Amino acid sequence: MTGYLIRRVLAAVPVMVVVALFVFLLLRLTPGDPAAIIAGDMATPEQLERIRGQLGLNEPIYVQFVTWSMQLLTGDFGTSLISQTPVTTLIGQRLEPTVSLALMTILLSVLIAVPMGVVAAWRHGTWIDNIVMSASVLGFSIPVFVIGYIFIQIFAIEFKLLPVQGFRSIFNGFGGFLERAILPSLSLASIYIALIARMTRASMLDVLGEDYVRTARAKGLGENIVLFRHALRNAAVPIMTVIGTGFALMISGVVVTESVFNIPGLGRLTVDAILARDYPVIQGLILFTSGLYVLINLLIDLSYAFLDPRIRY
Amino acid sequence: MAINLDKHAEPALERRGRRPALRIGRFGPAAILAGLCLLAITLVAVLAAWLAPHDPIQMNPSNRLKPASDAFLLGTDAYGRDLLSRILYGARISLTVGIGAAVVSVAIGLPLGLASGFFRVLDGILMRVMDGLMAIPSVLLAIAVVSLTGASLWTVLVAITIPEIPRVVRLVRAVVLSAREEPYVEAAIAVGSSLPKIMWRHLMPNTMAPLIVQGTYICASAILTESILSFLGAGIGTETPSWGNIMSEGRAYFQLKPSLIFWPGLLLSVCILSINLLGDAARDMLDPRLKQRGGPR
Repeated sequence: MTGYLIRRVLAAVPVMVVVALFVFLLLRLTPGDPAAIIAGDMATPEQLERIRGQLGLNEPIYVQFVTWSMQLLTGDFGTSLISQTPVTTLIGQRLEPTVSLALMTILLSVLIAVPMGVVAAWRHGTWIDNIVMSASVLGFSIPVFVIGYIFIQIFAIEFKLLPVQGFRSIFNGFGGFLERAILPSLSLASIYIALIARMTRASMLDVLGEDYVRTARAKGLGENIVLFRHALRNAAVPIMTVIGTGFALMISGVVVTESVFNIPGLGRLTVDAILARDYPVIQGLILFTSGLYVLINLLIDLSYAFLDPRIRY
Repeated sequence: MAINLDKHAEPALERRGRRPALRIGRFGPAAILAGLCLLAITLVAVLAAWLAPHDPIQMNPSNRLKPASDAFLLGTDAYGRDLLSRILYGARISLTVGIGAAVVSVAIGLPLGLASGFFRVLDGILMRVMDGLMAIPSVLLAIAVVSLTGASLWTVLVAITIPEIPRVVRLVRAVVLSAREEPYVEAAIAVGSSLPKIMWRHLMPNTMAPLIVQGTYICASAILTESILSFLGAGIGTETPSWGNIMSEGRAYFQLKPSLIFWPGLLLSVCILSINLLGDAARDMLDPRLKQRGGPR
């Protein structure tokens, strides 16, 4: 296990190096002066010169990359052009709404999608199955922001059940948090539900054909126990995998959802950075979310051993 | 190509004896409907100049946010432009980006995937690069490219295509890895066929069916990403109407005039849904073994 752990963590290193290299090259290979892009349109010649020095633009390109990577490793992601605040500080300030939104989305998705997938597999080929599969194609196809506006129109404007927009920290009362977070999480969950429901169904279909499922039924166990204790447990590994790979999709969704529902999280930070062409912030956000993606998939890989005791590293 | 499709499709039909009765040719009703929708959207995109009742970019302050009427079938936007005309023109951007991204990502990913599947040394490096690319959320990557280079149809297309490439490379690589163990490939190597010939004649045809399926999913995903970029204000400028930027401009007036969001949103959803359904139909037809597996992505 320890050996595997070390190998798996080491395997994540080249991925992050490639991400960093890509972000680095993106800026350097863009036509024009990287310092001018970093400094923005309003920079004075002195500022440009200072940034050129920081980036080491007079050095060979591999030296620049090493210098820049070292800065990243020490936690220096650069500073915002607009607020002159370090990017790490900005990300830290905006983390809470996004994390609570993401966690609630995953929770909702799993609670809704797993039973959907289990029932679809259980009643394979019937109208229930067809409805689940159709709903899942819809979930893939309707853009998150369109779903968000439909929810706002129905629940906030027509029936006035929930606030239209905004965010309240979970630490300022759970009710206020929930009534504002439920619509964005549900919109964001749509694509996740589609993904997880499909994978659960496929994975359950594989498992339901196994001998031990027949044995369980033959010895007279209730259908619920057969489905959830015997089958679902063994179908769990692919479901976890899809939660991990779906995380990249969710990041994209978060940006849009926060913009629709006016939530002051990382997504709003991204949109503000786009509008102001604040490249250091965009770069920092890419590195941060990619790192998070790698980390989450690492944790999920390690969870296999826990989910499936047959997997020994 | 057509011959190749048939070869894959025939046994599939025999294997699944019982199919719903309502079926035109080999496609189910959903796929037929999806095809018709897509055909209609394509026609709209091509004929936008003739179909649109008004100039989509002509601003007219006296017509701001007019409700639907005979003159403006869906009303006007905040600048007094005809919403219907803008939506009709918007189909052009979505389809161009979708088809463009699918074609370009396959054109780049196919050779990379073939090389990766065949040369062990290259494989290690290429796969690490692809892993890295896949770790970057596609919308953020696209935003970065656009914010560095400025938004035009070309940069948006490049920005959307880059994150799709790893999916093609991985797919082609997986097909090649399994195909190169087949006896006919071993035989081709044994009789001394040249490497390009083995790739072209023996490996490439295997990749065609899954690539067609993957291409449709990429097309749908690219249209979605374009609309997200435009919606966030990182897409093509509003002088070129796209469904995403119509919605983006409509956001401020959402409570006043929800149709500014709903009509383009509806078309966008129908378009992506149709492409996904066609992709599913193509997958079922070309490779019935995949039928029970996960869907797009």
